[in-house]
Amino acid sequence: MKKLVLTTAAMALMAGTALADGHAVVRLGTEGAYAPWNFVNDAGEIDGFERELGDELCTRAELTCEWVKNDWDSIIPNLLSGNYDAIIAGMSITAEREEVIDFTQAYTPPDPSAYVALDASVDLENGVIAAQTSTIQASFIADKGWTLIEFASPEDTVAAVRNGEADAVLADKSFLDTVAGTDGLVMLERMEAIGGGVGMGLRESDADLRAKFDAAISDMKADGTLNTMIAKWEVASQW
Amino acid sequence: MFEFCSDPEALERLRWFACYLSNGKHMAFYASFGTVMVLLAITAPVAMAFGFAGASAARSRILPIRWLGKGYTAIVRGVPDIVFFLFFVIALDQAFEWMRHQIKCPDWADPIRQGNDFIVCGAAKLPLNTAPQWIHETYGFFLAVLTFAIVFGAFAANVLFGAMRAVPMAQLETAAAYGMSERQTFWRVLVPQMWLYALPGLSNLWLILVKATPLLFLLGVEDIVYWARELGGFVNPRFTDYPHGDWRLFYFLGLLVFYLFLTWGSERVLARLTKRLSHGQATMGGEAARREAQA
Repeated sequence: MKKLVLTTAAMALMAGTALADGHAVVRLGTEGAYAPWNFVNDAGEIDGFERELGDELCTRAELTCEWVKNDWDSIIPNLLSGNYDAIIAGMSITAEREEVIDFTQAYTPPDPSAYVALDASVDLENGVIAAQTSTIQASFIADKGWTLIEFASPEDTVAAVRNGEADAVLADKSFLDTVAGTDGLVMLERMEAIGGGVGMGLRESDADLRAKFDAAISDMKADGTLNTMIAKWEVASQW
Repeated sequence: MFEFCSDPEALERLRWFACYLSNGKHMAFYASFGTVMVLLAITAPVAMAFGFAGASAARSRILPIRWLGKGYTAIVRGVPDIVFFLFFVIALDQAFEWMRHQIKCPDWADPIRQGNDFIVCGAAKLPLNTAPQWIHETYGFFLAVLTFAIVFGAFAANVLFGAMRAVPMAQLETAAAYGMSERQTFWRVLVPQMWLYALPGLSNLWLILVKATPLLFLLGVEDIVYWARELGGFVNPRFTDYPHGDWRLFYFLGLLVFYLFLTWGSERVLARLTKRLSHGQATMGGEAARREAQA
């Protein structure tokens, strides 16, 4: 209790003295469970393609950035209520999400989604397919009318295939590349062209910040550093 | 951590584990045990205070206060916890920011709600954007405590309300006969005696609270279950120096042991408390204690 009172007092004090400036620190929200896009490394820090990309974008846009880890389920609501200023979590640009938040231009091109299963001859239409909740892959399976089971984290979708709960998992190919070939998991030949590239998500009212990130992404596309980074982390095809 | 950890691939088994179990990720895991314990230590008394206030309000003579107490217990008990955690915390955060906005930025012209967005002036943000990460984490933790306290307070209020009614009427009548005022009767006779009746219900709540902490991650607070999943999950050798298969079973077994110990410890404390509170009560427990003292 004492600690609580102390921290509250400290917070009030800081709130009173610090000068308010719109975006002195830009907080970047990510999931931290989607290698190679974003994950927590051995040291307990956020790492991956988007960590490197985000840090580079902030340097180019001359912003001070800070990383925040947030559950996928509540990643959009927490952006809207201002707990962080941008989502950079392998989020595909879709019309549905565009209604709620704004996206920068895509930093990876649209790539097909892939299936991973224990058996290459799996019958997708009559099988059970795993996908992460609120992803383009989950809505794709639902639209097809196939049997879908949803999981909160990407790791769980693959675990479901490993232990036989699901027959196959549908996810971004780059993510499944990291698990295919282990524990008898194989990638199917069939791919699904869904999603419109991956971009950063921002509040609709935050046009300034969006413009800054957009400019930085264009810059990185132009001088080829973005392609180098994509190749390094094997997250997507080249621009 | 250890010097020999620089090249994990070359290590023999024992040293490999020593290095693996002491990397930064595991340190965060160990620290999260502290987070959970601190959360419990703060939430339990605060929830109890909420519950006591709720129960007292529910038996107030003044109608609006009674409505308030009854409404609080009925509404909170009826809403699923997860809804509370997803919606309520964000609403609470926005309510705080809205109030600060009204005070700090009276000449702000833009609307606060723009479509889906909730925008307050920079000075009203809580915590401020410029605040270091630990302040943000503490604030999230504080919101978690408050939400847990409100939810569990409602259940505690119901338990205490029942316990207050279980105190024998004769006790209260005797107090009145001795000339005690209503307030004196409440504090000197009713409250000391009701705890015994409340204890079974409260101990249930405590044990449920102990196991409810994984809800914390919805609020961005990383608890032990989050880290156990994160650490136990399969990691591709590309992204770690310590590749291993799906070890979640072992991590969750570890958590099982932790929770069992916590439950076991709580049971012991609660048993002692029950014994202590039974003294002098007109119950079977009280009678047993009296006989024991006589023998």
